[in-house]
Amino acid sequence: MKFLSFFASRVGKALLVVLGVVVINFFLIRLAPGDPAAVLAGQSGAGDAAYVAQLRTQFGLDQPLLTQLALYLRGVVQLDLGFSYRNHVPVLDLIVERLPATFLLMFCAFVFSLVLGVLLGVVAAKARYRNKRRWIDSAVTSGALLLYATPLFWLSLMGILLFSVILGWLPAFGMETVGSRLTGLDRALDIAQHLVLPTVTLGCFFMAVYVRLTRASMLEVIGMDFVKTARAKGVGPGRVIRAHVLRNALLPVITFAGIQLGQMAGGAVLTETVFAWPGIGRLMFDALLQRDYQLLLGIFLVTSILVVAFNLVTDVAYRLVDPRIAAGGTQGASA
Amino acid sequence: MKLKHSLKLSLAALAIAMALPWSQAQAQTRGGTLSMIVQPEPPILIPALNQQGPTQFITGKIYESLLTYSFDLKPQPGLAKSWDASPDGLSYTFHLEEGVKWHDGQPFTADDVVFSLSEMLPKVHARARVILTQFVDSVSKVDDHTVTIKLKTAFPAFMLMFEPGFAPMMPKHIYAGTDYATNPANQKPVGTGPFMFQEWKRGEYVKLVRNPNYWKPGKPYLDELVFNVIPDSASRAVAFERGSVDVLRGGDVDNVDVRRLRALEGVQYTTQGWEMFSPQAYLIFNMRKPPFDNVKVRQAVMAAMNRKLVVDNIFFGLGKVSTGPFVATEMFYDKNVPPYTFDMKKARALIKESGIKPGDYTIRQLSFPYGSTWDRLGEYTKQALEQLGFNVDVLSTDAGGWASGTGNWDFDLTTSFVYQYGDPALGVQRLYVASNNVKGSPFANVQGYVNPEVDKLWLAAASEVDTAKRQALYSQIQTTLVNDVANGYLVDMEFPTLYRGKIKNLVKTAIGLNESFDDVYIEK
Repeated sequence: MKFLSFFASRVGKALLVVLGVVVINFFLIRLAPGDPAAVLAGQSGAGDAAYVAQLRTQFGLDQPLLTQLALYLRGVVQLDLGFSYRNHVPVLDLIVERLPATFLLMFCAFVFSLVLGVLLGVVAAKARYRNKRRWIDSAVTSGALLLYATPLFWLSLMGILLFSVILGWLPAFGMETVGSRLTGLDRALDIAQHLVLPTVTLGCFFMAVYVRLTRASMLEVIGMDFVKTARAKGVGPGRVIRAHVLRNALLPVITFAGIQLGQMAGGAVLTETVFAWPGIGRLMFDALLQRDYQLLLGIFLVTSILVVAFNLVTDVAYRLVDPRIAAGGTQGASA
Repeated sequence: MKLKHSLKLSLAALAIAMALPWSQAQAQTRGGTLSMIVQPEPPILIPALNQQGPTQFITGKIYESLLTYSFDLKPQPGLAKSWDASPDGLSYTFHLEEGVKWHDGQPFTADDVVFSLSEMLPKVHARARVILTQFVDSVSKVDDHTVTIKLKTAFPAFMLMFEPGFAPMMPKHIYAGTDYATNPANQKPVGTGPFMFQEWKRGEYVKLVRNPNYWKPGKPYLDELVFNVIPDSASRAVAFERGSVDVLRGGDVDNVDVRRLRALEGVQYTTQGWEMFSPQAYLIFNMRKPPFDNVKVRQAVMAAMNRKLVVDNIFFGLGKVSTGPFVATEMFYDKNVPPYTFDMKKARALIKESGIKPGDYTIRQLSFPYGSTWDRLGEYTKQALEQLGFNVDVLSTDAGGWASGTGNWDFDLTTSFVYQYGDPALGVQRLYVASNNVKGSPFANVQGYVNPEVDKLWLAAASEVDTAKRQALYSQIQTTLVNDVANGYLVDMEFPTLYRGKIKNLVKTAIGLNESFDDVYIEK
């Protein structure tokens, strides 16, 4: 019951947030100079004034701003995100087409960074705490620091240079081999190959974050009394780390995982651009440059819903990992 | 007589053999996939509705026009196998190929031509509509395979507009009576060309397949064309280097990479195939307000610009210093127009003559957001202005911001480049006539150049049928525009095409890679 009311209040707040995002963005993107008609005329290498005016009427840009907003909101309520006059396709179709690629990359990068990050963090913390093989700790932490500080685009370009150009092991761009007509497992393997470089580049930054978070948090928990008690009553060293230390050290990691998911849902423009990955980030970037207002708003709407949903998931995850939060009721942490 | 004929034939064969020592020596091989890059990704593949370069590049394979053009801009047969023009230049008759079918099996007839030229294009095609509404009196069907077009006034440049990007033939049975912009058929282009639309995965690739019923027997040779979408220019260079793509179109990679890729083994290079477009880079001075309302100031800036340095170090040699408003490949180009010379002393003297104090002005220089070459050019221009004593404020922007800032005259100085479309009446005139001194589009008289004398010359030249008289008029125009610095002419741009040597017949006409590719084959 308590959980249900918590959930309901969260969803209610989330809807308000999404509405706010849409309205604010609606006005914000119109602050950028130029409109889709001007951009279109510019790219056609021509366009007399009458033509541009004709385009504006077609795009509905000759209506008062508030009317445009009202029309848009009415459409959204009916799950109609409008028509992209630039692409001559309904907005929803364009977005839905890009979501699978976005989710795939997001999921892989998320798992990669979380698993490897936590694992390395634990290894480093153990080495440091036991004061044995301290070099492992130094290697992991300084490696993480390096990744943390490296610009993403540099990492991706170097990845392409090494693994695609010099070694020739991995494809340099795209999501699958064009025209290969692969099916089933072969196709999955082909996509997996294409996934490696983008996943690693996208995941590296957060992996470094997780390493440092896990390590610091582990070291804090590992010296606490209940850990000593567990050890004293004869729990094995592996289980102490897993069930007693790690579980309690995981809360900050979950907070960051929630942030990471939200951030990646907004699209990884840089990674997608360098690797020609057909995700939503590039769609958004192009829409922005082309002033495709309807499409841009649609993407903002969808991604804000995703971010809100991930926050909700994070909150639930807190409760699962640390039952004390659920018991405390109102003191539920928020991301 | 017979002997003479065969002699002529063998001479012709010899000439061809000498011109193309080995490509014609062996038979064209059939089959294969040609992998290319389309950059940026087009929004739609309907050439009547969108005229971006990439759209024309892909749709040139799907759609055809009545004609195409040789490197020296002479009309060549397309969907029209022959044509006649009346001596007064007021009437043109096109005789269409017979047995041509749309990709959905419907026959292509004169009705489609009439529909395209009198209904669809005048409404939606950004460039064609200007000519079709201004000059064309009527387009009428004589019989199923003959069309006559009557003009209101003579307009010799008319014969240059029938390439697939400028005047694509659109299917009447699909578009007549519909809302062109929202017609669902826009997602599945239907043309008459040698390749048919198969698949478009947005953000990934566009795939075209061979049209088995193409009206030229035995053609095309290739099975498939793939256009990859690769948004990052460094990644595009890598894709070509690795062999994932076979062709790089001008602009696909930064000029700085061209030299390196060109040196790769088995890579061919050409700058041909842009004659129809003939792009020119130039500075736009806003002449509506000081200091650039003063012609001496504009002359001073041009004297302070080392354009040789611009070509060599900013364009990496891909171009030539412009001598005037017409690029050297434009028809009626006059090489005797006195050009600008780089001379700092003269520049300072001109500033002195102009009577202004450069330090009083902060020039609002709108950046031209089309890649690193233009960024460098902007930086160099700023430097030149500062050497003359001006303060310069560079305004960064994106494509939309540039189009709006330029089209609404909200700048002091900016850079641009335009296609000149072979005939000055098509591509150059629009930038200078007073009637185009209107807000709204960056490809109008945005600098605010007003000269009624020159306006009269433009008007006369556009409808002059006599070539010699036309030349005289255009020579006069070129001299005046250079003296007035109606724009700051910088570079006749060259666009390189890089491709693997095994690909044959790639660039054969003045529209280059926008051509239909029905002749292209890959040597095994």
